[in-house]
Amino acid sequence: MFDVPPRRLLACAAAVVSAVALTACSAGSLGSSEEGGKTAISLLVDNAEATVKTAEQVVKDFTAKNPDITVKVETRPQGTEGDNIVKTRLSTGDMSDVFFYNSGSLFQALKPEQNLVSLDDQSYAGQLDENFKTTVSAGGKLYGSPFGTFMGGAVLYNRKVYERLGLQVPKTWSEFMANNAKIKADGKVAPVIQTYQETWTSQLFILGDFHNISAADPGWADKYTKNQAKYATTPAALEGFQHLQDVHDAGYLNKDFASAKYEDGQRMLALGEGAHYPMLTAAIANIAINNADKVNDIGLFALPGDDAASNGLTVWAPAGAYIPTSTSGAKLDAAKKLLAFIASPDGCTSQAKATPPTGPFAVEGCDLPADVPQSIKDMQPYIDKPGGSSLALEFLSPVKGPSLEQICVEVGSGIRKAPDGAALYDRDVEKQAQQLGLPGW
Amino acid sequence: MTTIEAQRAHHGEGTELPARRKRKRSPYPSWFYLPAALIYGVLFLVPTFASFYFSLTRWTIFDSHFIGFENFVNFFREPALVSGLTHTLVYAVVTSSLKVVLGLLLAVLLTSQIIGRGYLRSVVFFPVLVSTIGVGLTFTVLMNPERGLINESLAAIGVQGPGWLTDPSYALLSVALVDVWKGVGLATLIFIAGIVSIPQEYFEAARVDGASATASFFKIVLPLARPATVTVVILSLIGGLRSFDLIWAMTRGGPGFTSDVIASVIYKQYQAGFYGLSTAGNVILFLVVTAIILPLYWFLSRKEVEL
Repeated sequence: MFDVPPRRLLACAAAVVSAVALTACSAGSLGSSEEGGKTAISLLVDNAEATVKTAEQVVKDFTAKNPDITVKVETRPQGTEGDNIVKTRLSTGDMSDVFFYNSGSLFQALKPEQNLVSLDDQSYAGQLDENFKTTVSAGGKLYGSPFGTFMGGAVLYNRKVYERLGLQVPKTWSEFMANNAKIKADGKVAPVIQTYQETWTSQLFILGDFHNISAADPGWADKYTKNQAKYATTPAALEGFQHLQDVHDAGYLNKDFASAKYEDGQRMLALGEGAHYPMLTAAIANIAINNADKVNDIGLFALPGDDAASNGLTVWAPAGAYIPTSTSGAKLDAAKKLLAFIASPDGCTSQAKATPPTGPFAVEGCDLPADVPQSIKDMQPYIDKPGGSSLALEFLSPVKGPSLEQICVEVGSGIRKAPDGAALYDRDVEKQAQQLGLPGW
Repeated sequence: MTTIEAQRAHHGEGTELPARRKRKRSPYPSWFYLPAALIYGVLFLVPTFASFYFSLTRWTIFDSHFIGFENFVNFFREPALVSGLTHTLVYAVVTSSLKVVLGLLLAVLLTSQIIGRGYLRSVVFFPVLVSTIGVGLTFTVLMNPERGLINESLAAIGVQGPGWLTDPSYALLSVALVDVWKGVGLATLIFIAGIVSIPQEYFEAARVDGASATASFFKIVLPLARPATVTVVILSLIGGLRSFDLIWAMTRGGPGFTSDVIASVIYKQYQAGFYGLSTAGNVILFLVVTAIILPLYWFLSRKEVEL
């Protein structure tokens, strides 16, 4: 293994830097002006509608309290393109004064020790949720304050259907399948909704099942990162794939599962055309907009596993707000104030005002509003119970293969068998680990 | 190459090949070529050779590690790749042959004396002008198994239509059919040009000899429109081998990996941030296309000379 000759690297770097400088200097110079004793800072967020709306609400409430600071919201694309922009701007010292970005493995890829300002000395550091703190810490230091709320990956179910058929919330997979059998026998409702036209929605049976894996083997994520544990060879991990195959083979899926979209799934669940939809609680926010009168018909339970006692919820951590090391002086102070506001009860209220929360906040003293949808309330017992919830694998390990969704669609539509799918995913993951240069791969 | 030779000629230093030097003397000073050479070098030569090098590395924007042929090994271990290769060939052959057959038939129809010929010609050509993504999205809606127009029309006459894009055994062929619908206009146009350029005397002579319409099609049109056929075969085969946009718009290689072609496999590697792997994939695609098209072109054009 040897590295690129320095001259080539220099040339590449020069080309990249000049390209970036061309696009970015306007944004930087806008943010650096100080007019009339006011400190102007810039905030970079992704361009998802909900993010922008929430960010603008937070900025509005923040500047109302801090009239000597102005905040300009800038947007960037989502997905890999956005990742590249964030990484490039950080590496060239041209980042906005504050930016929102994923926590967990994507955050780790930003090289936080080099690029971000540590927040350990901030007063709110002690009030943040411990689970969340691990997802925005590197080398024992804290770098982010939480933006948004936790999200659950669970089975959303229609409570009206459960009431009508007299069903109980299942704690184990066999109870879940027994419920499905009754719903199918009733003949009016599809027992399980799947929406494979949007492939990412197919992954919940595997990703949402992670609590059950880590309940069976608490150190699994670590071994997985070190290439010592595999989906195909760990029985608890293989089960997620098996479940996906089982619901298809038993004929429990909605008839149009192959062509249905995420939105169709939400509608079917809300209107009671389907009983169960394994999904992220982010779907609830959409249902609250599109079928507001039905949102409280929907409840939530964690993906059932083998053991009723250890059954628990898999949660996705909120995104983080970070300050790059390029922010300094008065702007650094203003940026720290903004982060402190976001991590305060006022900040939580401000966020909840803009978009309905999809789960609990990661800040102590931030309570959910009383009118939060039923399914979000259903998350609380899992969160409150010690050992009742775990972070999703993507926050504990950087290893996630890009083809999981296609593999899930294949397993979930009977094209490929579960053990084969799991083995295929293990091979997919290998490429990711090698690209990241992880030891042991 | 031209630049180097021009320079050599300009300075008059090469002592060998004086005749060639004289013949190649350019009316322009050598710096005249510089801008074009620079653009060609920076935009085409450098990236091409850089991609050969980077296909041997694992790289990100900032660094790269030389790993030899590991990317190629990985790429060939990619489970979607082997099926992707077959899908690519199936797709290219199906679209290419359908375009040749349908294009030729349409061209014969549209060169005959029919009413509204000019209008019909433009109608056939119209789909070529529409954006591929637009066509893809439209047909995705039309081919929806539950609510799509196609299956609803079939249901009206009592036929249960298949899941065009959601059934693993039909998805690739459905996309290929849409590709034919979109691309046959261009093939027709080329065939029309080929047929129109055949001198009328041949047809008159055939008629005098009492040849039937079928006979004059097989004995006159088919052989004499050969250059057009070669062009259509080559163009549509290359198009089919590197097809991506329509497939991506309609199925994204799905369901699962059942309509993945080489180009979509490569794109997915790039999307996932496996830059080295996707560069290696592009090099492979380049070699595959060359390996198929070069001999084919050589074979087809040799036949043409023999005629």
